[in-house]
Amino acid sequence: MTGKSKSYALHLCLIALLAAAFFILPQYHVGVLSRVMVLAVYAMGYNMLFGYTGLLSLGHALFFAAGMYGFGLSVQQGGLPTGLALLIGLATAFTVSLVVGFLALRTKEVAFMIVTLMFAQAGYLTVLYFGSITRGDEGFVINTAKRALFGVDLSDETARFWAALLLFSVTLLAMAALVKSSFGRALIAVRENEERAMMLGYDTHRLKYVAVLLSGTLAGIGGMAYALLFGYVGATFASVQYSIFPLLWVLLGGAGTTIGPLLGVLFMYYLIDISSSFTDAYMLVAGVALLILCLFAPQGLAGELRKRVFPWLP
Amino acid sequence: MAAMTLLETRALTKTFGGIKANTNVDFLLPEGQTMALIGPNGAGKSTFVGMLCGRIPATSGQVFFEGKDISALPAHKRIALGIAYTFQITSVFANLPVRENVALAVRRDGSRTEAQVMDRVDHVLDRVGLLDRADQVAGDLSYGHQRILEIAMGLGQDPKLFILDEPTQGLAESEVTEFVDLINDLKGSTTILLIEHNMDVVMRTAEAITVLNFGEILANGTPQQIQNNPAVQAAYLGTSHAED
Repeated sequence: MTGKSKSYALHLCLIALLAAAFFILPQYHVGVLSRVMVLAVYAMGYNMLFGYTGLLSLGHALFFAAGMYGFGLSVQQGGLPTGLALLIGLATAFTVSLVVGFLALRTKEVAFMIVTLMFAQAGYLTVLYFGSITRGDEGFVINTAKRALFGVDLSDETARFWAALLLFSVTLLAMAALVKSSFGRALIAVRENEERAMMLGYDTHRLKYVAVLLSGTLAGIGGMAYALLFGYVGATFASVQYSIFPLLWVLLGGAGTTIGPLLGVLFMYYLIDISSSFTDAYMLVAGVALLILCLFAPQGLAGELRKRVFPWLP
Repeated sequence: MAAMTLLETRALTKTFGGIKANTNVDFLLPEGQTMALIGPNGAGKSTFVGMLCGRIPATSGQVFFEGKDISALPAHKRIALGIAYTFQITSVFANLPVRENVALAVRRDGSRTEAQVMDRVDHVLDRVGLLDRADQVAGDLSYGHQRILEIAMGLGQDPKLFILDEPTQGLAESEVTEFVDLINDLKGSTTILLIEHNMDVVMRTAEAITVLNFGEILANGTPQQIQNNPAVQAAYLGTSHAED
């Protein structure tokens, strides 16, 4: 098999495995998996910018929250139909990416990190400032009646799982196709050596801008899906914590790999879940695990797999 | 009939703070010619070609390519017009395979299918003798091979103008000979501007030479004329005028 067909086989196997998990795993873990897959969509959006284009954003919670609030506010407070509200959420995330990308890409490296962090903080404070509408930290719940799409009630555990799997699969396959395309390879060139890419005739600024747009919009789709499937919208999701999470997930799972984001979210989720059942100091366990991974698997789980076993891993 | 002018600069000037790197450089490069740009260290050669391809913004003056004023174009657009530039300090995609390095150069113009891109890549790698190393990671190549990879990336762009910034720096003697053969092989199919310190290479490849000194053009002419030019000898040896 060529690298390309192996990569297709890998992604389809992963999707089949997740589908099988629904029938094998106990209900609790099926619920966890739904959440993990939605967060993995967010992580894949982040990975596109960080892992493939080499731009480290510390403000992706802004995009996640833009999708979440764009959808949540218009469906719950605005009373709009669910389908239309989803489009508004998408448009919000896209517009925020458009503006933030335009401004933040005037900076590089550390300055880019700081500028994105500041934008996200401004977004977080905006959510709190308009507390009468957003309900601030407390957040708001989306009515079960509003959480249906095409006649399917997505507050139901089973429907929620399959909806999450569908969204995850479409995103994963799209990412896999994208990173193999000439556009994706040009992004990698920007990550590896931006000046050289420019001197080969690539419009590196435009490439980075498109990457921010795709990454931010995808993060917004993650936020939107989270609100739709789990029915809650709150300011925590706009906080700095949710900007750091995708960075950790992607670093742990393997930056610049298609399956890394899922592995990272899964690993982190269960690490905290399991360790917190043993001890209150579960964050210490998480910290030690992070340190060990950084020392012995600096390229993340999928990155090490690629280095040691499967060099074709996309 | 005289050859078409491919590249022209008019009064091209670059100052860094108070230091004049290039002053009013008027330069003509006819299509199809292999021209060497020489001069002592610090003469402004790299700054000059940096302004040609847009890496370094000019303080004043104009650059024309195929008769069009490209002074206002950003680097990537100038490259897209058909200029290739190889870096003085080796700059390859060190973490990517050799093949992908060249493929990025070939793929950029978007006119080929992926299969055609790979054909072209293999052809280019074969030409420079790197085909058997195509699957190695570029960063694992020896320094000399990385320099050759730089040249392969330039070739992959099918440039109308190929600017090589000190390509033989750090190459072994045998690799220099191969490089000279490669340049002589390219003659006629593309226009070449070669910045070079190795006078042996210059004499074996260049059809014309331009000498820069203190950021200004000191002389230009055939290799023979330049060799016999007393001002050039003085600039390189730094003697006669000091005694005047």
